[in-house]
Amino acid sequence: MDFSIIFGNLDIYLEGLKNTAILVSISLLIGLALAIPLAILRTSRNYLVAAPIRAFVYFFRGTPLLVQMFLIYYGLGQFEVFKTSVLWPLFKEAYFCALLAFTLNTAAYTTEIIRGAIEGTPHGEVEAAKAAGMSKALMFRRIILPSAFRRALPAYSNEIIFMLHGSSLASVITIIDITGAARIVNSRFYSPFEAFLTAAVFYLCITFAIIWLVNKLEFRWYAHLRPQDTGTADVGV
Amino acid sequence: MFSLHGYGPSILEGAFLTIAVALSSLLISMFLGIIGALAKLSRSKILQIGAKTYTTIIRGIPDLVLMLLVFFGGQVFINQVAPLVGYDEYIDINPFIAGVCTIGFIFGAYMTETFRGGILAVPAGQLEAGRAYGMKPFQVFTRILMPQMVRHAIPGFGNNWLVMVKTTALVSIIGLDDMVRKAALAAGATRMPFTFYAVVAILFLVITSISVYILNRLENRYSAGVVKA
Repeated sequence: MDFSIIFGNLDIYLEGLKNTAILVSISLLIGLALAIPLAILRTSRNYLVAAPIRAFVYFFRGTPLLVQMFLIYYGLGQFEVFKTSVLWPLFKEAYFCALLAFTLNTAAYTTEIIRGAIEGTPHGEVEAAKAAGMSKALMFRRIILPSAFRRALPAYSNEIIFMLHGSSLASVITIIDITGAARIVNSRFYSPFEAFLTAAVFYLCITFAIIWLVNKLEFRWYAHLRPQDTGTADVGV
Repeated sequence: MFSLHGYGPSILEGAFLTIAVALSSLLISMFLGIIGALAKLSRSKILQIGAKTYTTIIRGIPDLVLMLLVFFGGQVFINQVAPLVGYDEYIDINPFIAGVCTIGFIFGAYMTETFRGGILAVPAGQLEAGRAYGMKPFQVFTRILMPQMVRHAIPGFGNNWLVMVKTTALVSIIGLDDMVRKAALAAGATRMPFTFYAVVAILFLVITSISVYILNRLENRYSAGVVKA
């Protein structure tokens, strides 16, 4: 191991870390914002509403993220109509295409996670809300969604980590994320171990940080499930 | 748009390679998964820590980084070690082997968790009963543990398989001619990237849909003796 290669190029890795952080956080935020209404509509009994969402989820969960990214980045340029449209300057950028692919991908997975959580709502709670005369919107806001989010958290934390790992694909379309930085260092010095192990350490640290944060969040959200009067802070973590 | 300009057979060839990569990786991952699960549940502290380290670290690093590490790193490593044992020619790492080993190694970690859950779901009393009958540990494993563990492990196993099929797309990055790379080549030659990547996406959907069908049948079969609520 030649550590001078790692420390000499730390600035490239930090640049990569910045890009990874931006890509992952923005796609997760927008993806989640899309997924909540989609999940609610997906539980609709109206076939015309639920079917398109099902198709969207089916496509994005059934195909590799790499192919989705290629379809958006390389694929859309095939159409002349699209190339002359106002959107083209945006879709020409690798960064935007990666972001779009990641967002749609995580939106699909998150929709499914939240849908499962919504459908897991105890029937009695829904009946009680109806009996109390709540409108559908109020019922979702006060009863179904809060408890659904709580049930969805463990699965969603997995999704966050999958998105972090999936974001390494951005390096394939020339974006310098952490993996992209490692590929640059590898090709410059031909030192694969230093280059990729450093990237691996970066990812491991971020993964552990995410797990730690989620555990904190679970500790708060599951406060009502914690045994009472134990007096210790480590219960449930 | 729907003419493939004669590249259809080439893509199909790639699809078979994709399936070959997925099935080979599946074998490796199942093997590692069973060993990992037994290690996690063993009484030996060293085995437990070893298995725990394996699953934690592998699940914390992106597949692509691991694959590039094995592909490029393995190349350097082998060519440093080979002269020491008296082999002087330059060795190229076969991307098929690098890809399959990496994917198998990664999903071995996921399989470890799945199998561990499956094993834990088998009542301990049954294993004790088996031992009380004088069965050897291996017999307890094959006659009592395995058949029941499979039922509990199938849903998780199915998920792992579906994720793994999609992960095989990454082998195109290290130069293996799977269907994604075949599509890239065809797209470059015909300037129809959307068409070819769409075909690949549909083929992936076909593979995953068939897998889901088979997995459901398997699940039914292994749940034959279970009363459903």
